[in-house]
Amino acid sequence: MSTTPTTGAAVSTASEQEALRKAIASGTRPPRASAFAACRAFAWRGILKIKHVPEQLMDATITPVLFTLMFTYMFGGAIAGSTKDYLQFILPGIVVQSVLFTTVYSGVALNTDMTRGVVDRFRSLPLWRPAPLVGAVAGDSIRAFSAGAVVVVLGLILGFRPDGGVLGVLGAILVVLVFAFALAWVFTTLGLVMRSPSAVMNTGFMALFPLIFLSNIFVAPETLPAALEAFVDVNPITHLVTATRGLMDGNADGGDIALVLGEAALLTAIFIPLTSRYYRKAG
Amino acid sequence: MTAESPLAIEASGLVKTFGETRAVDGVDLAVPTGSVYGVLGPNGAGKTTTIRMLATLLRPDAGSARVFGHDIVREADAVRGSVSLTGQLASVDEELTGRENLILLGRLLGHGIPAARERADELLDAFGLEASAGKLVKNYSGGMRRRLDIAASIVVTPRLLFLDEPTTGLDPRSRNQVWEIVRLMVSAGTTILLCTQYLEEADQLAEGIAVIDRGRVIAEGTPAQLKASVGAGSLHVRLLDPAQRPQAERVLSARIGTTHLEVDPAALSTPCGDADQAAEAIAELGRNGIAVAGFSLGQPSLDEVFLALTGRPADEDAETATTEERVA
Repeated sequence: MSTTPTTGAAVSTASEQEALRKAIASGTRPPRASAFAACRAFAWRGILKIKHVPEQLMDATITPVLFTLMFTYMFGGAIAGSTKDYLQFILPGIVVQSVLFTTVYSGVALNTDMTRGVVDRFRSLPLWRPAPLVGAVAGDSIRAFSAGAVVVVLGLILGFRPDGGVLGVLGAILVVLVFAFALAWVFTTLGLVMRSPSAVMNTGFMALFPLIFLSNIFVAPETLPAALEAFVDVNPITHLVTATRGLMDGNADGGDIALVLGEAALLTAIFIPLTSRYYRKAG
Repeated sequence: MTAESPLAIEASGLVKTFGETRAVDGVDLAVPTGSVYGVLGPNGAGKTTTIRMLATLLRPDAGSARVFGHDIVREADAVRGSVSLTGQLASVDEELTGRENLILLGRLLGHGIPAARERADELLDAFGLEASAGKLVKNYSGGMRRRLDIAASIVVTPRLLFLDEPTTGLDPRSRNQVWEIVRLMVSAGTTILLCTQYLEEADQLAEGIAVIDRGRVIAEGTPAQLKASVGAGSLHVRLLDPAQRPQAERVLSARIGTTHLEVDPAALSTPCGDADQAAEAIAELGRNGIAVAGFSLGQPSLDEVFLALTGRPADEDAETATTEERVA
């Protein structure tokens, strides 16, 4: 088949036909892809999409910058007496907030994907069924990591000094990413149930906002009215912030980290099967 | 029971309901291995839903089907291991390049990265897409997209390929390319289930055809049998002056037979299979001072097939069914 335009019905030369015939004949079937290989391929798909449209990382990185600057300089003096002290307090929380907001995107992306024909092809392949989902959410970790890294770098520039050192900061980011991976499954389920990407986006943010603001990200819970404090104390995001702060400050408590990982495992155990079920039934 | 099965597809009584609509209402199919089998029908007839059930994307509400002897529900994974799907919406990822699409599928089908790359390049060359390999698919033309779609379906050559309206919306040259690929694939041993709205396409490619309407198979046979049951074709005439149509109708009715007035006020048609007879009738129009803007002698259209088989045009009632099918 030639790429130069021709007229008439004869569309390919004998050699072009021969190439086609050979290509058709040589499509032998390799052994099936392992679950891991399939997930890896789908994660690669997600990364390629970011590579082709890097602008889509903008909202994952600019919003956290705005939040860091806004909270530090607007509320720092009022809440902590000085912007420097407040930055030290708030930065781990802003990392958590910024990373968690990116998880809504996994649901939005899946919802968009479902309207496209390519999903039919994926679903007709002999694959470990959750691979397209697990791979995509794992690929989205790039976005989550970018958001977290931007906040840490900006914090360091503004004067944030983590006593936990490099290891503490990396450990904190890792814990946040693990929790984000788990939380993303809530939104992928939402992404399959709701009718449009913007509905997923709105519902996702509406659910996340109260959980994020009613946590210990911005203020110490002891200053809150009793009822509110009780809510803040059971909010998993509070647990995540406590663990993150501990790791960055160099006084991590193993129990805090274990609690966060347990909550992440619980979310994953509930929502991966739920997402897979809806994915299988879609169409 | 698997490799030896003479039938690629055996479906009996397949039913799929979306809400109130019975999109597929008891479809039986027997598709022999190694051939192109055409499923012919208008939009909303249930073609796509049938394909989606056979490709394990939808569960039938009733009935059963086997693909190479494997049950499409109980042995869905085995079915997936021998089929490929080129859907009505292009089944490729628009946000990736052509090459990335093929590499991704190669990896998903079990190739290592180097083998997946090699296979992708081989297919891009063979399908005349090497120049656009690095372009995002959303910038491809319709014909290129369709070729990539088919290339993606044969990264691993399937034993059975589902082609859902592969040439709808393509220009004639791209259409011929697709037909050529289909013929080569069949000669290499792949069985193809081809859904189409065009009798001509089924006639060109398929050895057997099932005509489907409102979720049921209403006729089955070879293209020749089907055409024989419908009539040979029609002479379509378009006049320069619509005012002369009644006069033209009288001439054609006298020369050939029952003449049908088309929606276009300047057009009319009459069943006719004989070129000499048609030429004579056109000449007679001229002798009567009726100016002809154009005429054609063609195979029966899907509309004519439907008119002959069901007594009503193809697209009647199709609108609601189509929306249902999309929503679902």
